[in-house]
Amino acid sequence: MEQEITLKKEGKSMAFLKPLLAKVTPKFQKADLLPSLKKAGITVLSILLFLGLWHLGSKALYNKEANFKIEKALTEQGQVAADAERACIASGDSSCQPNTLPSPTQVWASLQSLIADHKVINADKAAFVEKMAATNAKLVAKGKTAIVYTGRASFVDIVLTSIKTVFAGFLLALLIAVPIGVIIGLSPSLRSAFNWFIQIFKPVSPVVWYLLVFMIVKTLYIGDSSDNAFVISFISVGLCAMWATLVNTAMGVSSVDKDYINVAKVLKLGTFQKVFKVILPSSLPLIFTGLRITLSVAWMVLIAIELLAQSQGLGLFVWEEFQNGANDSNAKIIVAMFVIGIIGFLLDQIMLTVQNMVSFNKNEGV
Amino acid sequence: MAYLELNNIYKTYGEGENATEVLSDINLSIEEGEFVAIVGFTGSGKTTLVNLINGLIKPTSGEVLFKGEPVVDTSHERGVIFQNYSLLPWLTVGQNVYMAVKEAFPKENKAFLKQRVNDYVAMVSLSPAINKRPKELSGGMRQRVAVARALAMNPEMIIMDEPLGALDALTRGNLQDEILNIWSQDKRTALLITNDVDEGIYMADRIIPLKPGPNATLGPEFKIDIERPRDKTALNDNANFKKTRNAIIEYLMDIGEERKSVSNETYELPDLAPKSFVA
Ligand SMILES: Nc1ncnc2c1ncn2[C@@H]1O[C@H](COP(=O)(O)OP(=O)(O)OP(=O)(O)O)[C@@H](O)[C@H]1O
Ligand SMILES: [Mg+2]
Repeated sequence: MEQEITLKKEGKSMAFLKPLLAKVTPKFQKADLLPSLKKAGITVLSILLFLGLWHLGSKALYNKEANFKIEKALTEQGQVAADAERACIASGDSSCQPNTLPSPTQVWASLQSLIADHKVINADKAAFVEKMAATNAKLVAKGKTAIVYTGRASFVDIVLTSIKTVFAGFLLALLIAVPIGVIIGLSPSLRSAFNWFIQIFKPVSPVVWYLLVFMIVKTLYIGDSSDNAFVISFISVGLCAMWATLVNTAMGVSSVDKDYINVAKVLKLGTFQKVFKVILPSSLPLIFTGLRITLSVAWMVLIAIELLAQSQGLGLFVWEEFQNGANDSNAKIIVAMFVIGIIGFLLDQIMLTVQNMVSFNKNEGV
Repeated sequence: MAYLELNNIYKTYGEGENATEVLSDINLSIEEGEFVAIVGFTGSGKTTLVNLINGLIKPTSGEVLFKGEPVVDTSHERGVIFQNYSLLPWLTVGQNVYMAVKEAFPKENKAFLKQRVNDYVAMVSLSPAINKRPKELSGGMRQRVAVARALAMNPEMIIMDEPLGALDALTRGNLQDEILNIWSQDKRTALLITNDVDEGIYMADRIIPLKPGPNATLGPEFKIDIERPRDKTALNDNANFKKTRNAIIEYLMDIGEERKSVSNETYELPDLAPKSFVA
């Protein structure tokens, strides 16, 4: 009896939504909507809670540092200096601000200023291109290289550079790890031959990979004045991140279902056909699981490697802001942190979609 | 010389202490154009026997001769319907059959191959599902795809490992007729593994029981002297059918009893006591 009543209630309250829902998402059922609304509500609530805690935390840290500064002025220079310090902090003057965890509002302001900065630089760039158009046309006509804009990079440019680097590294990892994985997966003796190699190099830290790549690339580029920081960083990222793909590919290829191999034998497929029509398709899901791990590892180590390689990107941005120590540096670092996190999440989602597309046993997908 | 000959076949899996001899002293000879059925209990080694004949595995000792030549590898002359369907899950029904047809007729053009795929998929009544992937099909539908794939390759000898096990009686009957149809065209040779004695009697010229394993070996053969084409409905009233059927079932029950009495091992149960979470 009770159940019936609650059901009726629900029916009434949802009734006005019905035509709307039917229009927007025909396959949405009333039963699906409540949980999904609840889920969205919980997400929003938890974000608000997070922001609240962050705000309180940064406020507490701010007060602690401010009090310490005033206290210090009092003990070292006396009451007048302490009052001056207090007034200075209260006025918001940048020279005496506590330099601690920024509050959410400060971070938001930093994001706005970074975007504004990007617009300014873009306008600069456009103006430069326009101004140089005639000159460049002449230069190109004469067979010389055109003059390009070499001003400061904006935050958006930096993010794009990082994405470019991670994709170059990812591509390198893919080109190395998948073919090698397939080959060692096919041959048990090669597998044991490569095993020690994989076991030893897999756990090596990104810093060491960077140094190794640096040693080699530096010599290869010797006498060449062009900037090799990008090359070094994407190669390091690729080498560091490729192991998951290598191991997964080898595993996928070596553990193909015996039934499929029997089919290949009974149909008398040639070696090439067998590899490309049976073994590879059946190991694709595992290969893509590996590639997904590789991409997320690549994005994670990229930040550290850009920093070391002094190659433009988010890693270097964060480091420079930290060294810089300007008033809004900390806020910018937090902006970068969120950007890194969100891009990492999006990359993972892209890979997950691709992975689900190639997985023929959808219910087995991770 | 028989078309297919198995001489003193032994097959052992594993090595050393773990070795189990699954098949012992198997002797079988099948003439060209014959339809032979093998009935046996589960786990007795029927699939092992099939794989020996189609060339997927090699006997521990003894020889398999196909048209007088030792079998060393698989061949398009011997088509196989696997017990577990073995369809490639990333290919659709049509693509699974197409892959086989393309290998069997390497010289034919695409139109011919496509037509052949369509014909055989239609034969197993799966035309509406031709673009579906195996995981979207029921077990019986998958089994029919496996039948279509093997038959579309036009093999000289058809080897079937419980090909109709997962089907309902009606579909089963239809497919039995289709298989008989294809077998009787150009007098092919067929080996059918089945657990259904009636199916064996309806389809085969001879039924040979495989005794329960380990050390499974073939029992005495039962000849089916019933005129072809056989009529399923009339079969039940056929005196010959009744006699043969009773004889085979009696024999199978006897060896089933024998197995029970042989395996009077005593099992030692582990010493278990309920665990108390309170104390
Ligand atoms: N590759 C293998 N390695 C080890 N033992 C095996 C292998 N294949 C089969 N066996 C064993 O051989 C015996 C016979 O197996 P087989 O699959 O031939 O039986 P079957 O008669 O086809 O059974 P079913 O009716 O269930 O299909 C079983 O005991 C099984 O455990
Ligand atoms: Mg079997």
